[in-house]
Amino acid sequence: MTTITPYRPAVQSGRDGFGQLLRAEWTKFRTVRGWLIGLGVAAVVTVLLGVLTGGSNDIACTIGPGAPVKHGRACLPPPPPTAPGGQPVRDAFYFVHRPLAGNGSLTARVTSLTGRYAAGQGPYPQLTTPGLQPWSKGGIIVKTGTKPGSQYAAMLVTGSHGVRMQDNFTRDSAGLPGLVSAVSPRWLRLTRHGDTITGYDSADGVHWTLVGTAHLAGLPATVQAGLFAASPDHTVINQNFGGGETGTSDPSQATAVLDRVSLAGPASGAWTGTQVGGGRAAAAPGRFQRAGNAFTVTGSGDIAPLPPGDGNGLGPNITIERNLAGAFAGLIAIAVVAALFITAEYRRGLIRTTLTASPRRGRVLAAKAIVVAAVTFVAGLAAAVVAVAVGDHLATAKGFYLYPVTGLTEVRVVAGTAALLAVGAVFALGMGALLRRSAVAVTAVIVAIVLPYILVVASILPVGTADWVLRLTPAAGFAIQQSVPAYPQVYGLYTPNGGYFPLSPWAGFAVLCAWAAVVLGLAAYRLRRRDA
Amino acid sequence: MSQAAAAGQVCLPGRPAGALTGLRACLRAEWTKTRTVAGPAWLLAATAGLTVAVSVAVIAAVRCPAGMACPVDPGRLSLTGVQLGQATVAILGVLTISNEYSTGMMRTTLTAMPRRSLVLAAKAAVLTGEVIVAAAVGVLGSVLAGRLIMPGHGFTAARGFVPLSLASGPVLRAAGGSVLYLALIALLSLGIAALLRDSAAAIGIVLGLLYLAPIAASFITNHHWSVRVERYSPMPAGLAIQATRHLASLPISPWGGLGVLAAWAGAALLAGGLLLRLRDA
Repeated sequence: MTTITPYRPAVQSGRDGFGQLLRAEWTKFRTVRGWLIGLGVAAVVTVLLGVLTGGSNDIACTIGPGAPVKHGRACLPPPPPTAPGGQPVRDAFYFVHRPLAGNGSLTARVTSLTGRYAAGQGPYPQLTTPGLQPWSKGGIIVKTGTKPGSQYAAMLVTGSHGVRMQDNFTRDSAGLPGLVSAVSPRWLRLTRHGDTITGYDSADGVHWTLVGTAHLAGLPATVQAGLFAASPDHTVINQNFGGGETGTSDPSQATAVLDRVSLAGPASGAWTGTQVGGGRAAAAPGRFQRAGNAFTVTGSGDIAPLPPGDGNGLGPNITIERNLAGAFAGLIAIAVVAALFITAEYRRGLIRTTLTASPRRGRVLAAKAIVVAAVTFVAGLAAAVVAVAVGDHLATAKGFYLYPVTGLTEVRVVAGTAALLAVGAVFALGMGALLRRSAVAVTAVIVAIVLPYILVVASILPVGTADWVLRLTPAAGFAIQQSVPAYPQVYGLYTPNGGYFPLSPWAGFAVLCAWAAVVLGLAAYRLRRRDA
Repeated sequence: MSQAAAAGQVCLPGRPAGALTGLRACLRAEWTKTRTVAGPAWLLAATAGLTVAVSVAVIAAVRCPAGMACPVDPGRLSLTGVQLGQATVAILGVLTISNEYSTGMMRTTLTAMPRRSLVLAAKAAVLTGEVIVAAAVGVLGSVLAGRLIMPGHGFTAARGFVPLSLASGPVLRAAGGSVLYLALIALLSLGIAALLRDSAAAIGIVLGLLYLAPIAASFITNHHWSVRVERYSPMPAGLAIQATRHLASLPISPWGGLGVLAAWAGAALLAGGLLLRLRDA
């Protein structure tokens, strides 16, 4: 009788940990020359297209007849003031003020807010048309000084947004609704306690409601407290398909009538009128009249953030995401590489070897996803950093205004672009595993991410539909690149065309991640259930 | 049919008497290849279906409320689906040749039909024929959808929107031109695939060439550059053929735009054909 000993290989079996799997996939990736070239192409086109879109700007002008043609900075207005947070702002209004050297309280009753504007009457417009702008404003304000861009907190009545409390340009909270009139006046109060300024409003001067609290860090002991009026340009938005366009902007002026003005606390000096800021405000100078405790203040301009765009009076201004427009091109190259990372295995039959070596199929797909995402993220990050550096350099050399963003936002936009490419790569990998055909998978990825964006920016779709397309399709992920939020307290056009996405940056990115997760999940399911 | 099949190597010299010769034989071979695999039929059906589906979705989304100016081109709007339909056409054009490379079939093909430019010409002819049929279905469906839906959405004759009809010259040009546009996209894809041989790389290049141009044009703030991009890149120039009104504001004339696309397709085919002759398969 013979005993059959089962075959035992002499060699030690290899470890089959996830680390080995990752290493195997990484080895596959780095040893295929075409994929590395594809990755390089993705990085290069990201930089090139971004530099082309951002750096193709030019501006030339002549000042006076017969004068030589000038370029760049000489043609552009001076840079705008910036808020304590660093963002560019408009800070132009008429200010009637007294110094306040400590804690105190300022109260006033607004009985009227009226306005006039010029309706496109040539180069020297006259303010002849009566009417308020939506964000015409008048009220009381406490401000560090009369320097544009300095800190403030204000209680104000507006043209069509009721009573508001606003501070430091970007913060805005709503108080009593409705338009102010002699029949329904609005009482406003600002109370200063150290760095904290609290705003109240009231319809009768007896029952007060808290509207908001502002913390103005490092507010000096002596501040300027008083009354103000401002009115932003009369802007016509031509509503049409695809979001329309901003039409003409003409100067406007608002007049606020305030009475029962009282400033309690260590105030000194007399009421003084000052025109804060310049620009359009200089064309329609402000003024005030006083009769006892009643004031009539007339002013022009605005106290608000200054959004980027052609209409902000700064000439061409480059936001950071303009330099990263090449991410669309990079994404197409990445989609090709990532889809091939799995479809090439099917075509060559390597997938059978891979799955024999590592029979737990879900882990294979996970390892591939991690490798392709990591590689893409690194390449994308390098490309984004270079694109921003080169784009900024070109714009500065031409004298254009670089629209500043905070360091944190810059990191989010640059790293977000890299993450966008990485998630796009995972999406493409999932499509490749699901469809197994590279051409079909690549097309599916490009059509899902790029085509919706084209339909939106090409102004084919009406605004509402365009917003929904950018909420639901993977194209929502490009929201991560939006560096400047839409400010409701500035009247304007916030459409995808102008770079404003309907979802917040992280929510939009989450939509793309959800798509990638669903496709990868389906691919894992299919991979396990079907023969390779 | 049985004759050609019996003859086997129909393009070879010294063929049996009665066999088909030259281009006709190659055409027949290519047509047999296309007809006997499932892929092309699916892609053609998808082209027609997706074109109509996107057109209907866009037409249904657009309304012209009373009292609002609607600077909309009904012809172009109804044919929006072509922008998606071209993606499946591009896949078909790429796979027509790159599939043969990936399976090794190309060597058989070139053994049977050694005149390589004839092979490419036959592929181009068969591809053009089948794309024209599918595109015509998609385009006619889109125009019909526009004709039926748009008047109910405020685009009435009283406001200057005559229901779409192929009897009107501009609409006929837009519809016929869209069919030609899709055929030219197929030829462009075929040429680029003949150049690159790899289907994934070729489809990436084709779709990048098509879809990136309108995005770049919208981002480029320099007016001259953005007009140049719209005038000389295949998709914005080629789609100028879809315009039925405001022709003066187009960056390029309708037929001129289609000519630009034809030049792209011709250049790609020429380069692809040249490399096919010069290179080992």
